[in-house]
Amino acid sequence: MRVTIDDITVDVEEGTTILTAARKIGGKIVPPAMCWYSKLKGSGGKCRTCLVKVAQSSAKDPRPMPKLVASCSTPVQDGMVVQNITSPEVLEARKAIVEFLLINHPLDCPVCDQAGECDLQDLSFLHGMVETRSEEPRREFPAIDIGDKIKLNMNRCILCYRCVFTADQITGKRVHGVLYRGDAPEISTYIQNVIDNDFSGNVIDVCPVGALTDRTFRFKSRVWFLNAMDAHRDCTHCGGKVTAWMYGNEIYRITGRKDKYGEVEEFICNECRFEKKNFSDWIIEGPRKISRESVISANHYEKLIKPSIIHPIEGTTEKQE
Amino acid sequence: MGRALLTENILIPGIRDFDVYRAHGGYVSAEKALKEMTAADVCREVTKSGLRGRGGAGFPTGLKWSFLDRKTERPRYLVCNADESEPGTFKDRYLMEHLPHLLIEGLIISSFALGVRSCYIYVRGEFKYIIGILKRAIDEAYQHNFLGNNILGTGLSLDIFLHPGAGAYICGEETALLESLEGKRGNPRIKPPFPAFKGLYDCPTVVNNVETLAAVVPIIGMGGDAYAAIGVGKSTGTKLISACGNINKPGVYEIDFGLPVEDFIYSEQYCGGIRDGKMLKAVVPGGSSVPVLPAGLMLNTVKGEQRLMTYESMAEGGFETGTMLGSGGFIVFDEDACMVRNTWNFTCFYRHESCGQCSPCREGTAWMEPILKRIELGEGKSKEIDLLVSIAAKIEGNTICPFGDAAAWPVASAIRHFRDEFEFHIDHPEIVKNIEHGSIYKYPVSSIQHPASLR
Ligand SMILES: Cc1cc2nc3c(=O)[nH]c(=O)nc-3n(C[C@H](O)[C@H](O)[C@H](O)COP(=O)(O)O)c2cc1C
Ligand code: SF4
Ligand code: SF4
Ligand code: FES
Repeated sequence: MRVTIDDITVDVEEGTTILTAARKIGGKIVPPAMCWYSKLKGSGGKCRTCLVKVAQSSAKDPRPMPKLVASCSTPVQDGMVVQNITSPEVLEARKAIVEFLLINHPLDCPVCDQAGECDLQDLSFLHGMVETRSEEPRREFPAIDIGDKIKLNMNRCILCYRCVFTADQITGKRVHGVLYRGDAPEISTYIQNVIDNDFSGNVIDVCPVGALTDRTFRFKSRVWFLNAMDAHRDCTHCGGKVTAWMYGNEIYRITGRKDKYGEVEEFICNECRFEKKNFSDWIIEGPRKISRESVISANHYEKLIKPSIIHPIEGTTEKQE
Repeated sequence: MGRALLTENILIPGIRDFDVYRAHGGYVSAEKALKEMTAADVCREVTKSGLRGRGGAGFPTGLKWSFLDRKTERPRYLVCNADESEPGTFKDRYLMEHLPHLLIEGLIISSFALGVRSCYIYVRGEFKYIIGILKRAIDEAYQHNFLGNNILGTGLSLDIFLHPGAGAYICGEETALLESLEGKRGNPRIKPPFPAFKGLYDCPTVVNNVETLAAVVPIIGMGGDAYAAIGVGKSTGTKLISACGNINKPGVYEIDFGLPVEDFIYSEQYCGGIRDGKMLKAVVPGGSSVPVLPAGLMLNTVKGEQRLMTYESMAEGGFETGTMLGSGGFIVFDEDACMVRNTWNFTCFYRHESCGQCSPCREGTAWMEPILKRIELGEGKSKEIDLLVSIAAKIEGNTICPFGDAAAWPVASAIRHFRDEFEFHIDHPEIVKNIEHGSIYKYPVSSIQHPASLR
């Protein structure tokens, strides 16, 4: 099937969604996706950041679709013509969505572990407004510990449901879901049941914001101070292929290997993620390729200026080479 | 005028019972369909009748039935949407309360037409007493072999299951209803796939409103052509209108499509005019989700023609000067009603009832509500009127299900037609704080609180 997105034409298989077709083209025309996750069945359609305009439904039916559609959950038709960044209407809608996502967001990036690898930060940077038009008090929830490894900060949650699908589909044993409705829903572990499962840590990786974070890494470092290294080990639970976030020879945290759209290549087990923090546990393969646009790849400021940075743990000042 | 196809016998004592219903011509259409017609014949009559969905969207029922995937080996389902929770709409309740057998008869005929073996009635949870009435009627139908195996010796079988909802308006949206019926959280599904292919338990499913299914009975009785002869244009047959607000005779009325709105409001046969001799100010003619219209535009279209009770005439003028027939929840406001307060009231409802799944609706409804509250209480700012318009515009069309539009339209239309009233609230806070808000709002402002704000 042939589909044209922002004047670029690509051939894809039947059943492909507009978003996947756009990713096949790549580059700036790929709509942002905050809730869809290729590895989670049933995900998508909720955040509405991926809305696009279908200017021509198909070769057979050249009419435009009456509303903007969620590109993550709309299959392409042969001869479809889609507008993303070439449509002012789409950009306007995306701006509106970002505004909606932010009116209740605590904007606590300075104390959020996700800062630097947060999809909402990136999205706001590209599409957000400078000032908020909302004067309402923001929703507030107490932070919850989901077991001793995971922290849930519901204030930052955008209700993408990815963690719910993960708990459902990856861990096999769901003790975790969405409670309440309207503007009051909460991700809950159902009366704070601990998610106790070999794969529960993956909810941290799928969370696009800082709502679910790794307690074993909490406040240890800014991600952009760390080097992302691909590493592996023989693991009996999972493939053992991870990204180790290192400072010198010290491993600060372990995550799945994320691609440029923030999706992990493989889900990893809790043992790899939380227990194996010694250099000797891993075979280091080499630096992980991280998109040049990401804040994380700015981790070495040496080409710009030579700043003094505070060592995140010891608090000692040292010159960066 | 005023043919009663559905409600003709509604006042007969004991019509709820099988025997009385049967004695007054009940189940004759079902017998006719099952014994004398083929499934295709029934579908053809329904298509010919021009019947359109009475749940709000007005989608042609024959066309909807024709989409049902009949090729698969999987079972097919018919689901009756009895979750009626739209503010201002109370017609299905009336029908089920008094004529439960009419609905069951409609279900039997429709199931036969669609090749369905099991059907479900999803009843609004708050209608507890109606569940009892329906249950008793279903039991009676089983006893008389209109349900169960080998119905009337025709070899057909049908079971009807009752499912009470748990108090969510959004479960009236057909895909949320199916989720809820499957025992899940009532979040609307992302379409496509449509229920006609993947509905209940991933099987082909038709969802129809109570009144739609009931209307199948007279259609089979009188024939599709005779039904189509009633009404105007593409609005055929009769419609139940639940009229409420500042009128002399609130209630459920069965009208022929094509009745002028003016006659409906002022004639003795229907609403009987505005209460206490006051003047008509505005009408929300199709349940809280449709745009409000001021009196002038309600009675006459912008072209100067009389506005009629039809799908087309109501929509005449688009969103600028028109509205929609919706579910037929006809809410009338007199000269004393406060449009700001009413809009705020509606928005409280939508804030509370959003499923919270998609960002524009979840965040937008919760953003508009406190702004409207402030304006109503005389604490608003003039720029907030435009802010409301902008928020409503950003929700509209960007959501998963039509709930987002339904939440945006009341706000957008109230400001479009009654902007001066919003401005007055902002410019004259002292007057607004002491105002008498007409007869529909007797309770004091401070007693309304949104549950989320209580947390
Ligand atoms: C938010 C929302 C609430 C709805 N509530 C109801 C309802 O309570 N009863 C109903 O029959 N249809 C309701 N509908 C319409 C249904 O989705 C669906 O269109 C209808 O049941 C189809 O039946 P019909 O074709 O017979 O009208 C609702 C739709 C939306 C978007
Ligand atoms: S906690 Fe994170 S992953 Fe879960 S719904 Fe919220 S934003 Fe999505
Ligand atoms: S529009 Fe509102 S009710 Fe409908 S799916 Fe989105 S959040 Fe839920
Ligand atoms: S990514 Fe498509 S709606 Fe969220």
